[in-house]
Amino acid sequence: MNLPVKAVGQVQRQVQLPLSKAVEIALKSMRVRLGRSILTLITIVMAMAFLTQVWLSNRFGPVIRTALLAKAHLAVHEPVADNGRLVWLISLSLLVCLVGISNAMLMSVMERFREIGTMKCLGALDSFILKLFLLESIFLGVAGTVCGIVLGVALAAAMMVVRYSTAAWSLIPWGGVPWVCLAALGIGTAITAAAAMYPAWKAARMEPIAAMRVEV
Amino acid sequence: MTAQTTAAPQGREEIVRTINVVKEYRMGDQTLQALKGVSVTIYRGEYISIMGPSGSGKSTLFNAIGGLDKPSSGKVFIDEVDVAQLDALELAWLRCRKIGYIFQTFNLIPVMTALENVALPMIFGGMLEADARDKAKAILERVELGHRIDNKPSQLSGGQQQRVAIARAFANDPAIILADEPTGNLDLNTGKAIIGLLKEMNRERGVTVISATHDLKMLDISDRIFWIRDGAVEKIQRRDEVTIDAGQMH
Ligand SMILES: Nc1ncnc2c1ncn2[C@@H]1O[C@H](COP(=O)(O)OP(=O)(O)OP(=O)(O)O)[C@@H](O)[C@H]1O
Ligand SMILES: [Mg+2]
Repeated sequence: MNLPVKAVGQVQRQVQLPLSKAVEIALKSMRVRLGRSILTLITIVMAMAFLTQVWLSNRFGPVIRTALLAKAHLAVHEPVADNGRLVWLISLSLLVCLVGISNAMLMSVMERFREIGTMKCLGALDSFILKLFLLESIFLGVAGTVCGIVLGVALAAAMMVVRYSTAAWSLIPWGGVPWVCLAALGIGTAITAAAAMYPAWKAARMEPIAAMRVEV
Repeated sequence: MTAQTTAAPQGREEIVRTINVVKEYRMGDQTLQALKGVSVTIYRGEYISIMGPSGSGKSTLFNAIGGLDKPSSGKVFIDEVDVAQLDALELAWLRCRKIGYIFQTFNLIPVMTALENVALPMIFGGMLEADARDKAKAILERVELGHRIDNKPSQLSGGQQQRVAIARAFANDPAIILADEPTGNLDLNTGKAIIGLLKEMNRERGVTVISATHDLKMLDISDRIFWIRDGAVEKIQRRDEVTIDAGQMH
């Protein structure tokens, strides 16, 4: 245990808590509130599923088409992919996701004014409250992203089958999939962290006197 | 000032002193003076009630004493330390170790059990988890909730929640307990029990209790009563000087 060093009169400095403590409290808080977070979670899942599906379809499509052409000399009808529009749609869905998470987090911070004020009265530092809220949304973001990625991979594979017949199944180039998933996980986590920045900062700056506020 | 000096106990250690504390709230072009220069001294181990009509400035004074709000002018000393001179880390330490807060709305952390709530300030203070839990259990037993330590606040009655809050306020063996209307949300008998418990803890631990209240039941057990009206201390009475007169409140 690191002991406070500087003392003014009989007052010492508050110790910094280890990150593990913030993780523990954030997890506890999330478990209990999961029901309320479900909407946010769904936004993340949808956006990340969309991203992953489009990304993988774009990689699978050409490979499968070439393979089918080489095998059976079939003329495979290729739908015209409008990449510009897709990129636009993905960006939009990610933006909606960002705003949605940010909004949900902000509401949660405002609702929890008394809890935050009380923690400050009990000696919580600003940095601890900041970590608490950042961690909560990052956990939520990672959970949503992982679900979204799984869904996205399944959708992309299903789409290949629908588009190029069942023969396409064995031709799917799974090799690149882990990398796409990893990148998507990074994007999802970054977006949730970015979305949580402002609400977490708001929470950290809340005054301990908020604990006294009676009205909601 | 003269009322104060006659009412104050002699030869005891000072724990809180306010000097000419003024608090102004700005609302548009108007300024409201919620405190108009309050100077009081509180001694170690005293049980103080701050009484007065609604809007008289009890909570404002209380927040200034608790380091929760900065006065517009004047000084607040806690244990001879000028609160205004403290930086954020020192203030957090003060709130964690020197002061225990009890709220009208109980303010337990809803996602935590009674035990975890009581352990929290000790953990914020840097105590090891296992030690904090042991101590939390002992204090909860002291407030007669040894059988409910694993319950969430929503599973406890108002009176039980306030007992947990009292246990939490005492967790780090503070020098001062600040309670703003601790019985405000409780019925008559539960309120009595809570006041009784606060008084017992005040006696057995030598903790200074400062309570802002409307509750006349507090008069019986307070060492001194600060009567506040319109942001100023109207009079300070020792318990034996008080004649219970409900008319004073209105
Ligand atoms: N944040 C604020 N902004 C503006 N005015 C305030 C604020 N807080 C308190 N006041 C005003 O300061 C005065 C004193 O308020 P305070 O809350 O201290 O009263 P109180 O004695 O605690 O009353 P009650 O018994 O109703 O709790 C009141 O006139 C109130 O309207
Ligand atoms: Mg009040």
